[in-house]
Amino acid sequence: MSITYLEAIQAAQDRALAENEFVYIYGQDVGSFGGAFKATKNLAAKYPGRVIDAPISEDAMVGSAIGATAEGMRPILEMQFADFSTIAINQICNQAATQFWRTGIPCPITVRLPSGGTEGGGPFHSQSMEAIYAQYPGLIVLTPATVEDAYSMLLEAVTIDDPVVFCEHKYLYYHLKADQLPDKNLPVGKARIARTGKHATVVTYSAMVHEALRAADTLEEEGWEIEIVDLRSIKPIDTDTVLASVARTGRLLCVSEAFPWGGVNAEVISRVTSEGFHLLDAPPKRLNAKDTPIPFHPNLWKAHRPASQSIASSLRDLLRY
Amino acid sequence: MAEAKIKGSKNKYCDSESRYRAAFRYMLLARVFEERTANLYRAGKIVGGVFMGKGQEAFSVGLALALDKNRGDVYGPLIRDQAGRLAFGEALLDAARTYLGSIEGPMKAREGNVHRGNIPMGIIPMISHLGSHISVVSGRLIGKRFCGQKDAIGGVCIGDGGTSTGAFHEALNQAAVEKLPLVVAVANNQFAYSTPTDRQFACDDLVDRAIGYGVEGHSIDGTDLSLCLDTFQKAATRAREGYGPQLVIGHLLRLCGHGEHDDASYISEKHKQGVFGRDCVDVAQQYLISSGWSNLAEIEQWTAEIQKEVEKATSCAQRESGPDPFQETWQALATTRLAEGNSTA
Repeated sequence: MSITYLEAIQAAQDRALAENEFVYIYGQDVGSFGGAFKATKNLAAKYPGRVIDAPISEDAMVGSAIGATAEGMRPILEMQFADFSTIAINQICNQAATQFWRTGIPCPITVRLPSGGTEGGGPFHSQSMEAIYAQYPGLIVLTPATVEDAYSMLLEAVTIDDPVVFCEHKYLYYHLKADQLPDKNLPVGKARIARTGKHATVVTYSAMVHEALRAADTLEEEGWEIEIVDLRSIKPIDTDTVLASVARTGRLLCVSEAFPWGGVNAEVISRVTSEGFHLLDAPPKRLNAKDTPIPFHPNLWKAHRPASQSIASSLRDLLRY
Repeated sequence: MAEAKIKGSKNKYCDSESRYRAAFRYMLLARVFEERTANLYRAGKIVGGVFMGKGQEAFSVGLALALDKNRGDVYGPLIRDQAGRLAFGEALLDAARTYLGSIEGPMKAREGNVHRGNIPMGIIPMISHLGSHISVVSGRLIGKRFCGQKDAIGGVCIGDGGTSTGAFHEALNQAAVEKLPLVVAVANNQFAYSTPTDRQFACDDLVDRAIGYGVEGHSIDGTDLSLCLDTFQKAATRAREGYGPQLVIGHLLRLCGHGEHDDASYISEKHKQGVFGRDCVDVAQQYLISSGWSNLAEIEQWTAEIQKEVEKATSCAQRESGPDPFQETWQALATTRLAEGNSTA
């Protein structure tokens, strides 16, 4: 038996609904249709009245979820695409994220963001929004890169008493498979060493973990051992695991599919240079998508985002320093 | 699912007279309190701003008295709803403490002036983004529906300017789709800050929108307390009986600036002398006297009591400590183990 990243997300929601009567799912087409990607397949029939179609109203979807938490509910919201969550950004960043700080009353909502690029997605169905949400105090931002993390971190997200932005990568939905779902896993907030090495560290997350692993395979053929840190969670960031890796390798490349200005790469490099400058044998490097909207055509899209070849090329530059 | 906690209770005001008298007293209390906060603002004792509901008290109190917090009703006030807040059950001291930055206040001085609430009591703490609190009230009703508490309703306040936001549209449409027991009170006070209604919307009356949303609409003179009380009572009953959202438009005039920093010089004499330019507190007082439900001596006695009440609350809040940055947690998360702390790196 094998289970995909998308099936893991469906299974996590199934389990969350089964185990907690206060969980409900709200989003566009999530009901009997099962969601645009089928992440809620069969759940409406299995849990009548608890998997609810929403109008195309991202702001009101999140606003109502915030209100429902005050009655004890723990809503899971599906944004059909992460890009559309900009419509709800006021409710997420100004209403939900500030509520506990303003009132002392927690706001446990989970907002699922089908994120990142796929062939033909274009500028409005491909964005990576994690850095925008991580900028705001009061939010937890998760970016699972594996089937196991997609499952366990979504289950954990529903138990967290704060708003969680769950950035699941669409490219991994069908491409990524595991033999089984995990019984236990690393908790939210802990990074994972996805591959051990000694010559350079790649800090990355989400779909870029797999591009980085392929780049490391290429570099291995050239005699380099690359360590890869999968952040798993963008906020909080596990700086300790990153610093420990850089201490072992002395070289740092940060890779993210998001736009280059600011963002997770800049945050990681800032932390490493501030807290671990003495560990570095070379200036840290970062590799992002290009500073343009995300193109539609596969030829352009593949060149727009970091990929194993460009990661390998950046690593060679880093190792040559 | 949990059983409904409260099966319902009768309205605490058994007749029109007692309701009207109570409403008037809340209006007076709000008016006196807000005048006091304006003085404190001008004296530099209140920072940030003071936002008054002068001219809107009848409309504000009308909605709040149609709600019953003991029944589980939820209230989403906006910036000009001091009267409604008091009528719903917010303590005057909470308002004073928030305005004056007391650490004892419900927002612990992290937020100020009108940005306060009491989530357990059912008062949504508004943020500044207009319209965004409507769906939050709706969400509480959805949550109550999940928990089997079907008797409660929600009341939410907005102004004419707030109806132009996407959040207002999304929320009202959502409430209509879900057939929620929600009363939406739109105080059309003719100006959104300085922008007149002819630059805000193009329909004759905002109640025209009700049919488009598939909700029941009511359009009233918001300066007439009797009309406000009766209309909101009717709307609340319709909502509670399952007829879905109720859109109530109150036509009135803001008798002050947007905030105390604003002299409202853009409000013309024509507006002030117009049909909605009358002061709803004066109108209500005249009605009380002419109907024999009260008299000048009693109203003077109420005013004296209210002035003492206001003085007590503001003095108490002024004596209390403000926040100490060294005692502040500086944490925005409820989940302490996931807090990153504050890197100065």
